[in-house]
Amino acid sequence: MSEGVEIRFEGLAATRQSGVRLPWRLSWRPVMPLLLAAPLLLFMLVFYALPVLSMLMRSVNDPNWTLLHYASLTGDTVFLKVFSNTLYTSLTVTAAALLLGYPVALSLVRAPRYAPVILFLVLLPFWTSVLVRSYAWMVLLGRHGLINEALLAAGVIDQPLRILNTPLATQIAMVHILLPYMVLPIANALRQIDPSLARAASGLGATPWATFRQITLPLSMPGVAAGVLLVFVLALGFYITPAMVGGTREITLSMLIAQQVDQLNWAYAATLSVLLLATALAIIAAFYRLPGVGHTLRTSAR
Amino acid sequence: MTVARVLPAMLVGLILMFLALPIVVVMVVSFSSATYLTFPPPAFGLRWYSVYFASDDWLRSTWLSLWVAASVVVLATLLGTLAAVGIARLPKALRVLASALILSPLIVPVIVVAIGIYYAFARYGLVGTPAGLIFAHTCLAVPFVVTSVNASLAGIDPRLGQAALSLGATPIGTFFQITLPLIRPGVLVGALFAFITSFDELVVALFISGSGAVTLPRRMWDDLLYQIEPTIAAVSTLTIVLTVVLMGCAHLLGKRAAA
Repeated sequence: MSEGVEIRFEGLAATRQSGVRLPWRLSWRPVMPLLLAAPLLLFMLVFYALPVLSMLMRSVNDPNWTLLHYASLTGDTVFLKVFSNTLYTSLTVTAAALLLGYPVALSLVRAPRYAPVILFLVLLPFWTSVLVRSYAWMVLLGRHGLINEALLAAGVIDQPLRILNTPLATQIAMVHILLPYMVLPIANALRQIDPSLARAASGLGATPWATFRQITLPLSMPGVAAGVLLVFVLALGFYITPAMVGGTREITLSMLIAQQVDQLNWAYAATLSVLLLATALAIIAAFYRLPGVGHTLRTSAR
Repeated sequence: MTVARVLPAMLVGLILMFLALPIVVVMVVSFSSATYLTFPPPAFGLRWYSVYFASDDWLRSTWLSLWVAASVVVLATLLGTLAAVGIARLPKALRVLASALILSPLIVPVIVVAIGIYYAFARYGLVGTPAGLIFAHTCLAVPFVVTSVNASLAGIDPRLGQAALSLGATPIGTFFQITLPLIRPGVLVGALFAFITSFDELVVALFISGSGAVTLPRRMWDDLLYQIEPTIAAVSTLTIVLTVVLMGCAHLLGKRAAA
């Protein structure tokens, strides 16, 4: 207490001499967190947020302030086809990933003996770059790829199938790339279900199938929703994979945006970008209102 | 009863094969002796690895990618760790705003980020320079550093820092002697993620690497457009091994951080 009085009377010079630094530290306390965060926030503003925002602004201020770029999209058949194609691809990929991912997640949690192997096989593609995995599907699905050679050898077909450069190739490769994003949140939700609930159900005479349908499946829904959200939103923005294995006939919104930038149609590219971003944000906002999804996303992110 | 048990196991086995097959096939093709892409290879050899190691272009791109990724690790880890520590203590409204800015690259489709950055960097003269790649990749890597450091921070007892302060340690001393050692696993995991993010990144690189700063993924992409010779399989295999080793480290560190 007496030190505090001393400081007030003798001022800063005396404080420094006596080595009492409490007031200095107190006055810095509210500012310090801001000082720590400031370098990163400034960096992100200069090199990311302002560049992206000023690019997006060209959808309304190129060459003058106008909403015409948005209005003209309603009659734009190329845009409407690409947009619906992108949504359709994302939907089918998400549905396929859910169908394939749920059993894997279930076995990851239910078969502890094999869990390390399953986890490794799920994480191996997860850690491999998207470029490499898309290239792998080019090797597999090509005219002389593994799939065609195997089918020819087995006598199922006598002409190589055209799979590469079709929408099917894009969907197969995208499911492969996004499957881990479905498995991990579902497994995380399944792991949190109290096992005594299933025991109680079977103790009361429920068949394994009824237990699964009435206990496990409903309780795993937050994980399913989180997985569906992740896969769908990521699928919306895919660029590399469709460009590599999907051919040029059925392009995605990302590919159309890149094309427009190559032709220096900045206003059109910016308008498409705003729509892509708005679609993603709308889906995320809708899903976050579902019970339990936010929590499942946060815990499975680790 | 046995059918009911064997059938699901077979189904899961098939799905797991679907997951592993492409990666295995690329690795096998990389050891092919054929001059063209064919599966199964007629014979095995290290031919495509020697093509890679003898090519100045491939090696230059590899060094550039490693160098850019290393710089991104330093920049993203430094800025991200400091910011994560700071943000945890900000008032709620500011904290939400700052987190939204920092985490948004995870949500904004990468093509939108890429053309936004290209739009501005072309004017700053950063297209075709390693500096441009480092700045852009740092923005993409930072969310991973901040989330991973955040997870570590959430696990430590705030009273430890308060105790150090009340015993007379300076805030900076407290950070280096108390906080940093406690969150080290989170910082290291974040650094590894930052490295992989930059090393594997292609979409931004397609726009801003120009002809002066061609990264490894960018050179693979260019090569794929003209030829599908097995050199890319060899390069892919090398990058798979590197990524898997690094992510394996991150996984083990993450486990230790959680324990």
